[in-house]
Amino acid sequence: MPDQSTPSVPAVLVLADGTVAHGRSFGAIGTTTGEICFNTGMTGYQEVFTDPSYFGQILIMNSAHIGNYGVKDGDVESDSVKISGLIGRNLEETYSRKLAKGSLHEYLKANNVVSIEGVDTRALVAEVRTKGAMNCIISSETTDVELLKKKLAGVPNMDGLELASKVSTKESYELGDVNADIRIAVMDYGVKRNILNCMVERGAFVKVFPAKTPLEEVKQFEPHGYFISNGPGDPAPMDYAVTTLKQILKEEKPVFGICLGHQLLALANDIPTFKMHHGHRGLNHPVKNLVSGRSEITTQNHGFGVDPEAVRKADHIEITHVNLNDQSIEGIRVKGKPAFSVQYHPEATPGPHDSRYLFDDFIAMIRAQKN
Amino acid sequence: MPKDNSIQSVLIIGSGPIIIGQACEFDYSGTQAARSLREEGIKVYLINSNPATIMTDPMMADKVYLLPLTVESIEEILEENQIDAVLPTMGGQTALNLAKEAEDLGIWEKYGVKLIGVDIKAIDKAEDREKFRQWMIGLGVPVATAKTANSFLEGKEFAQEIGFPLVIRPSFTLGGTGGGFVHDKSELDEALNRGLQASPIHEVLVEKAVLGWKEFELELLRDAADNVCIICTVENFDPMGVHTGDSITVAPAMTLSDTGMQLMRNTAIRMMRDLGNFAGGCNVQFAMSPDTEEIIAIEINPRVSRSSALASKATGYPIAKIAAKLAIGYTLDELENQITKTTSAYFEPALDYVIVKIPRWNFDKFKGANDTLGLQMKSVGEVMAIGRSFTEAVQKACQSLENNAVGLGYYGKSLMHADELLEYIKTPKWDRIFRIKDALMAGISVSTISKATNGIDRWFIHEILKICTLEKEIARYDLDTLPLELLREAKVNGFSDEQISRITEHGNEEDVYNKRKAAGITRVYKMVDTCSAEFEAKTPYFYSTFEEGNYNESKLSDKKKIIVLGSGPNRIGQGIEFDYCCVHGLLAIKEAGYEAIMVNCNPETVSTDFDVADKLYFEPVYWEHLWEIIEHEKPEGVIVQLGGQTALKLAEKLHEKGIKIIGTSYDSMDIAEDRGRFSDMLKELDIPYPDYGTAYDVDEAITVANKVGYPVLVRPSYVLGGQRMRIVINDDEVEKAVVSLLKHIPGNKILIDHFLDRCQEAEIDGIFDGEDFHVMGVMEHIEPAGIHSGDSNAVLPAFNLTPLVVQTMEEYAEKIARKLNIKGLINIQFAIKGGKVYVIEANPRASRTTPFIAKAYQIPYLNIATKVMMGVNKLKDFTFEKKLNGYAIKEPVFSFNKFPGVNKELGPEMKSTGEAIRFVKDLRDPYFRQLYKDRSMYLSK
Repeated sequence: MPDQSTPSVPAVLVLADGTVAHGRSFGAIGTTTGEICFNTGMTGYQEVFTDPSYFGQILIMNSAHIGNYGVKDGDVESDSVKISGLIGRNLEETYSRKLAKGSLHEYLKANNVVSIEGVDTRALVAEVRTKGAMNCIISSETTDVELLKKKLAGVPNMDGLELASKVSTKESYELGDVNADIRIAVMDYGVKRNILNCMVERGAFVKVFPAKTPLEEVKQFEPHGYFISNGPGDPAPMDYAVTTLKQILKEEKPVFGICLGHQLLALANDIPTFKMHHGHRGLNHPVKNLVSGRSEITTQNHGFGVDPEAVRKADHIEITHVNLNDQSIEGIRVKGKPAFSVQYHPEATPGPHDSRYLFDDFIAMIRAQKN
Repeated sequence: MPKDNSIQSVLIIGSGPIIIGQACEFDYSGTQAARSLREEGIKVYLINSNPATIMTDPMMADKVYLLPLTVESIEEILEENQIDAVLPTMGGQTALNLAKEAEDLGIWEKYGVKLIGVDIKAIDKAEDREKFRQWMIGLGVPVATAKTANSFLEGKEFAQEIGFPLVIRPSFTLGGTGGGFVHDKSELDEALNRGLQASPIHEVLVEKAVLGWKEFELELLRDAADNVCIICTVENFDPMGVHTGDSITVAPAMTLSDTGMQLMRNTAIRMMRDLGNFAGGCNVQFAMSPDTEEIIAIEINPRVSRSSALASKATGYPIAKIAAKLAIGYTLDELENQITKTTSAYFEPALDYVIVKIPRWNFDKFKGANDTLGLQMKSVGEVMAIGRSFTEAVQKACQSLENNAVGLGYYGKSLMHADELLEYIKTPKWDRIFRIKDALMAGISVSTISKATNGIDRWFIHEILKICTLEKEIARYDLDTLPLELLREAKVNGFSDEQISRITEHGNEEDVYNKRKAAGITRVYKMVDTCSAEFEAKTPYFYSTFEEGNYNESKLSDKKKIIVLGSGPNRIGQGIEFDYCCVHGLLAIKEAGYEAIMVNCNPETVSTDFDVADKLYFEPVYWEHLWEIIEHEKPEGVIVQLGGQTALKLAEKLHEKGIKIIGTSYDSMDIAEDRGRFSDMLKELDIPYPDYGTAYDVDEAITVANKVGYPVLVRPSYVLGGQRMRIVINDDEVEKAVVSLLKHIPGNKILIDHFLDRCQEAEIDGIFDGEDFHVMGVMEHIEPAGIHSGDSNAVLPAFNLTPLVVQTMEEYAEKIARKLNIKGLINIQFAIKGGKVYVIEANPRASRTTPFIAKAYQIPYLNIATKVMMGVNKLKDFTFEKKLNGYAIKEPVFSFNKFPGVNKELGPEMKSTGEAIRFVKDLRDPYFRQLYKDRSMYLSK
């Protein structure tokens, strides 16, 4: 555990509602902007930071200490840090884990992520909880609050922002055993690595396609099923994805969507989505499976949701999962079609593995149709 | 799945007297369970022999049986009542074992009683080491290599096979009794013998020791629909090798990655689901290799435990309360989060603070005890502290310990040399964390310390190093030159004002306080809300911290407020009885229309349950913390009479600050505590007392001893539970006693009383309201004088004293109460010799026996006393109908089996850890006769 006593550099955080917090710089020196949100998870910070769904967001980690066990090569959900900034009470430069490769501080520095620590994260969370999601700015270059406020005013609102194509793969790529008996096409809007692993582990050969790949091109892969991935931003402006998904549904092949993919499945069935007040982000959200009656603790990360009124009214959609805290829609199934989706993250890295059965279901669905 | 409506009445089994390894955490869980079931309209019956518990209070159950925890008692209860189900998971291993015994005898079946919350077949699988191992192997969960031996020879054979270091674990014992490490061959014979003897079935497990692995604990809840959630993950600061009850523990886990966390979570759930068919709480322990991160399962406890009590306090999630609801059929998804009231009970609490638990030991009471920590639990209590960082929490925990620590570190004491320190910390002892800090101060590296301690995680040591770095920086200044930014940083990291003044060697606690307050460096209060502020919570459970922006979550009500001070960590001489008193105090305050505010740091208590007080500050019972709470809340006054000596000690400061002490004034308390002033008062009242004198050195002491006449009682002033008290018969012994005393408590005033040899001892608890005096009870000790009152069998009412003697005692008691102007409770100890009554001491507060009397006579004495203290009622407002048929005996219970080799003889220093109550109809009762016959058996000289 290297002891790097970097002299502390002051940093400042300004929220769109005028809240100002002073702290110390962590990670890269600079200025960053994004939508503020919070995550209540107590483990798995590296997986969270590399989750493409967090693209464009500045994240408060509610947990008191972050960075304690450093960073490790395998504990990532994509090839780089995706958050725009990090806010913590105690962000730790020194770490302890024999299997780790380095400190969080160096990692964020290398990924050029500007962060702030030593601030009252609990007060900030209460602010976001009551006032809702909003933009914010962190700077360790200047403490001139007025200047930062001016800069912050120019940052676009997340509502209506299409971000998925920005984090999607530029080239298609394949994973798993090329001779596997089932092939799954993944529409990548910011897919988490472990989602792909969960399918490969279950014997699928997976091909990941850039967000805007036309269906005709995807079909050349001759997939037995389609996976609609998670990702950042607002699903409403993603016409290209909805169009493709509508075409996919006509194929009558098994379709599974997660998070943004869940919202897209709703949109493809003419059910609107909406921007939530401050979203769900953490590893402890209770979800009830209405089909089995069993409940599961889930990992969540979403700032948009599926309109519950419209779903309930839609005859062709069945609600399969609900959130036990706020009754929000956590899972749907398209009646008469092999298509289903969940709002939460059954691949759960980080988080509980309670919902991994959904991948089993998806694979079983594919196999059943194939045979 | 909704509630099982076939269950209309439930019997809850308590855990009996407090012993090491099974303490008042089970009063907390039993109380929660009883309340939880009654909320559902279920009739609750309760059995427990411990009179100092809240659970056995008439208000907690429909019917309470203060009976010995035996199968006979169970049958008696089932004979008398229609009971549908029994819940045996709230009373520790004692209750589970009793339930199993009754099951084996077919008693439950005979009376048609359903066992709930447990699968009786599972008990064996979890408790029997070999069955557990086989089960784990079958389940594919890794465990340490081990073999079960039923004989000495077998044990030796297996030891050779497995290789050293080894652990010897006896089957079916509590808190690791009789277990131990064997580092090499030379230690094997003794350890094997001890283990085999400790096991009721003469069986031990010879196991490969995974010394140096990290230790974690998970608290789980599971319902009848097989939903499972993890309430808390606790990491042990001390690596494998120290019993979890003796380990410093931290929540949430600090050094655990998500991969490790989910591996444990999945394994724990698999184990719990496979353990049998039951709904309720469960605790699973794992060890993890720091090198490979592989894990092995250590144990599973299918019941609520000390850890679940801690987890409840640490997270705000009331595990026992929910477990009781699950036992009667509810599923987690249909219950609500008790804290937020808007979200589901089926979730996993998220923490945005750090809790640190430090155990409290009492080795000073057990001369000759081996104070090395190991597999067998030796601590008698614990403190928990909450902070927004590990450094803050650990320093607050130190301030809570009441061992004169003002934070993490020794101040003003001579330090060991670096090489001595390095050697010292190799062995886990009670003060190891303090020595680790000293070692860091001495410049020893984090890695070296981690290695020397056989694997304390470097992250923790590095956090302690932060404290050292700050301390060294602070030491460069005096109070006037200390930069505010540094002062702020120190406060954020948990340094107390006193600690800062000692480090700067400048000014005092108050000077530091004034300096920081002037700079706006002030405590704010944050809520324990189960959800890291994700949802708005209404539960008034707070802890203090320092934050940029001073955002305070503890909003003030406009009600008049009264603060009750708790008694801190349990220890011998001050235990569960004061929790009982505090709970009643709080309820009485609420009844009187005030807001009741609790301050305490003991996680095992009922008084710190989230819905007992109107507001709970889970804070050290330490002046600085108390003072800032008072400044924030501006209460009408503070009650110090209910929290034992700990609370009483703070009366002087409160008095100085002009804060009203509810009840007896500080000056009266001081008279009672100050031997000189007290004796002068007795003289004035014409009340006899044993001749006495005071001394500061050996020569003086010998002179005094000869003046008052041998035998004499030698003791320091201001002590708890007769600490370091000795009865001596000649000059040589006086010298020895005084030298030893001054070595441990330098500069202390020494009291020397003439000891009334072969006298009879008795005591009175009473209430005085300024006008009237009420004698709650007169208790006569069965043992002759010389045994601490806490270790004596006390009979209520007196059985062998003449009416004249009793009358004289009552008269003296009233005179004293009147003269001291007591408002509230007083306890007076008497010695009777040759028909003459002497007063030995008076305690102007709730005593150890107050709950016992309240139970024996079935009168809510604490409620009455609190209202009298507050002045909202006079004694004449109440009627007192003492319902006792025959006699009640308070019998002490000891934990000597935890300290092999310790002399079991009793004397003026208290050694018992708990007590039981027993009712006898008359003096012909065989139990009483036996006690009476044996009364001098354990008497030391």
